[in-house]
Amino acid sequence: MSWETVIGLEVHVQLDTRTKMFCGCRTTFGDPPNTNVCPVCLGLPGALPVPNGEAVRLGARAALALGCRVHPTSVFARKNYFYPDLPKGYQISQFDQPLATAGRVAFESGERGRVEVGITRLHLEEDAGKLIHDRFPGKTAVDLNRAGIPLAEIVSEPDLRSPAEARAYLTVLRQILVYAQVSECSMEQGSLRVDANISLRRAGEPRLGTKAEVKNLNSFANVERALEAERARQIALLESGGHVEQVTLLFNAATGQVKPLRSKEESHDYRYFPDPDLPPLVLSSSWVDEQRAALPELPESRRSRLEGAFGLSPYDARVLTGEAALADYFESVVSAGVEPKIAANWVMGDVMTTYNESGGFPVSAARLGALIGLVRDGVVSHQAGKRVYAELVRSDGEEPGAVAERLGLVQVSDEGALAGWVDEVLAAHPGEVARFREGEAKLMTFFVGQVMKRSRGKADPKGVQPVLAEKLR
Amino acid sequence: MSAAAAARATGERLASADAAGLNATLHWSQRLLDAEAARIEAAATRGPLAAVPIALKDNIVTSEQPTTCGSRILDGYTSPFTATVVDRLRAAGAMVAAKANMDEFAMGSSTEHSAFGRVRHPLDADRVPGGSSGGSAALVAAGVVPVALGSETGGSVRQPASFCGVVGVKPSYGRVSRYGLVAFGSSLDCISVFGRTVDDATAVLGAISGADPLDATTLDRPPMPVPPVRRDLRGLRIGLPKEYFPADLHPGVAAGLERTREAILDLGAEVRDVSLPHTAFAVPTYYIVAPAEAAANLARFDGVRYGLRRVGPGGDIRALYQATRGEGFGAEVRRRILVGTYVLSAGYYDAYYRKAQRTRALIAEDFRRAFATGVDLLLTPTTPTPAFRAGEKTEDPVAMYLADIFVCATSLAGLPALSLPVGRSEGLPIGAQIIAPFFEEELMLSAASAIERAVPATAEVR
Repeated sequence: MSWETVIGLEVHVQLDTRTKMFCGCRTTFGDPPNTNVCPVCLGLPGALPVPNGEAVRLGARAALALGCRVHPTSVFARKNYFYPDLPKGYQISQFDQPLATAGRVAFESGERGRVEVGITRLHLEEDAGKLIHDRFPGKTAVDLNRAGIPLAEIVSEPDLRSPAEARAYLTVLRQILVYAQVSECSMEQGSLRVDANISLRRAGEPRLGTKAEVKNLNSFANVERALEAERARQIALLESGGHVEQVTLLFNAATGQVKPLRSKEESHDYRYFPDPDLPPLVLSSSWVDEQRAALPELPESRRSRLEGAFGLSPYDARVLTGEAALADYFESVVSAGVEPKIAANWVMGDVMTTYNESGGFPVSAARLGALIGLVRDGVVSHQAGKRVYAELVRSDGEEPGAVAERLGLVQVSDEGALAGWVDEVLAAHPGEVARFREGEAKLMTFFVGQVMKRSRGKADPKGVQPVLAEKLR
Repeated sequence: MSAAAAARATGERLASADAAGLNATLHWSQRLLDAEAARIEAAATRGPLAAVPIALKDNIVTSEQPTTCGSRILDGYTSPFTATVVDRLRAAGAMVAAKANMDEFAMGSSTEHSAFGRVRHPLDADRVPGGSSGGSAALVAAGVVPVALGSETGGSVRQPASFCGVVGVKPSYGRVSRYGLVAFGSSLDCISVFGRTVDDATAVLGAISGADPLDATTLDRPPMPVPPVRRDLRGLRIGLPKEYFPADLHPGVAAGLERTREAILDLGAEVRDVSLPHTAFAVPTYYIVAPAEAAANLARFDGVRYGLRRVGPGGDIRALYQATRGEGFGAEVRRRILVGTYVLSAGYYDAYYRKAQRTRALIAEDFRRAFATGVDLLLTPTTPTPAFRAGEKTEDPVAMYLADIFVCATSLAGLPALSLPVGRSEGLPIGAQIIAPFFEEELMLSAASAIERAVPATAEVR
């Protein structure tokens, strides 16, 4: 009998604020240890937290982008535990009254087509600091720059059915959050972190099996690998008659293995209770409506709009909406008068390459439009167009036509000039001329190529063939 | 008198109080007093509290002195920042005179739980000054300073004010910023004021009150104005809650309250019996809510970043926590951390913490109902007895907790209340408590001032 995999994800994203969740310290990544700290985020006696309105706004925005209901009243709560990276001995989070609940994220599953994943809740919390083990031999250092950085924790329903689906969901989730401009979602900088819960059950069994939680996942690819490894471990366990214990596991990316946390996990009792330092967070419905109205177009609706309005294939639409900036650029190129399919090919080709390398668009949409116009009108060949594009990337500010001129890439269709190159080619290849005349018609391609070569690409190939045909008759 | 002269005179009084063994101060120095005087003399304007020396309970942080909270665990700690109330006092011209002794982390009703020794009652060295703000109360009662700040979580200013025969005013929760007050029970904590007179306390409360952007629980209201002087109490209705006048009330306390009731009638007010039916639940409710919050608030004292640091056997992080906290906290603080941890634990939360939140709401509702019947203020005894003897209750925590039986409920309800001396019984002060509706401090203080003029504070009541 087969096993069904059940996965739910807890994703922490750093809200992209200038200052921390409950104090005015900067959130800059990579500053020297313990430089972005103050009495509040150090948990000094007598200091008090004051909520950062911008973090609340971004949290609400994230929730709305994920289709959640943002609650008129939510409550900050203290999550109590001792750890050296936690200066107050409790983390300010939200517990039984989170900011938002009941959202939905749709993604394309390889196995099941379009799948909607329920978002159980999104709540606000502050980050803890960071322990540094490799700086002082035999000692552990604490860096509290990260302590108090605002996070949104996004908890999914156990709606995912494979490690690959978990990865696909994460990709879409990140895309939505980046579109909504709430987080940079960089796993390298720790602004997106994933904990995965996985359990197995017999196909058709309605009850959930015992879950394991996998931590220390530093890329989406590793989320998939870790879940594959844990799935295999659980299947082996169950098939040999054993049972899965509720456990927290760490993934080792080097070995591809999951291992139970070193210390025997005690059942944590966080003793949550409402934080008396912070009044309930009350958000008016008009404020929530404003945040909803301020949301940009999100990936899914943008995809269907690009398909509908521009007749793009689902594939092209998906690639172009991969990032909002790419889709914006594409739409600007179309606005510059380029046929959508041709614009899509350019943007998904050379433009995407440049974007991936430089993170920007050095050639303005208007200029790319002009260049594509030159190709369409036969002023430059497609190949020459690509060379002009490469030159435009380097020399900002020049017009495509001028670049084509300067590089000598403007096509020649004047019959006299073409006849000159044709005569030279025919004179240089008497053998081929003879074979052609004896009926070897496919040599026409060879002659066109030679003329292009001799003209250094300037000859208009459409004009070359009639001249060749005439001279070879 | 110039600020410099005031600083010198204050230093002399502090020194003689220390020499007399009052043990009410934890830190003060002539150098800091002189610096305060120099700052005041250099200021462009003389504030309403110009050159008034003020003592601060040692759970209010200043960057010039250590802050100990009466505990070993803060050994060597000086705050890098200063409490909002201290900034405001200085802006009004006051000079910080001393940091005052207190029950460790404000947990206690006698100031016997200080890691730095007990504070003596200024009138009888064998007795306690009350607590937890006993150092501040004793300094005012002994005439060392005219005013002092304490903090209340469940009566820790009114109760020692009553024991020491001075005025103690607890404002409404949210009236005064807690920024810079080391937290005990955050939903209850109120920085509160001691004064020799109602007017002195009123002036200080006016200076420190008002919204603070650094404390999200302050209310967005302007500072409290000093209320107009009342000649009488005509038109006011004063309620006497029957639950606060039990049959076994100390006869001296009962006599002091009777004298006060008569004075109130003479001043033209109407007196009415009222009922606050959930009064009996106040102490048990308080001893769930306050320890729960305290257990979380005191988690930060872990030896990792500041204060005492002890590493126990094993040398790992757990050993650091256990040794630091085991050695750093006194018995009463450890007891409350254990209680607080217990009542928040899985499986006990509903039975204790959640239920206590419900009774807390019922207690607040009692007061709302009483005031809704047309009563303007309530009059009660502040404490069931005058100051007790040192050591009398230290072995019996519940007996100690019951010293706060008349002051806990108002803290749970967040209401303003004050204690006023209304006479002495066998030489020991008796206090009357006046309780007002939320944010009605002006009415409370103006009525108290009228009563103060009518009732001799130091006369024997029987």
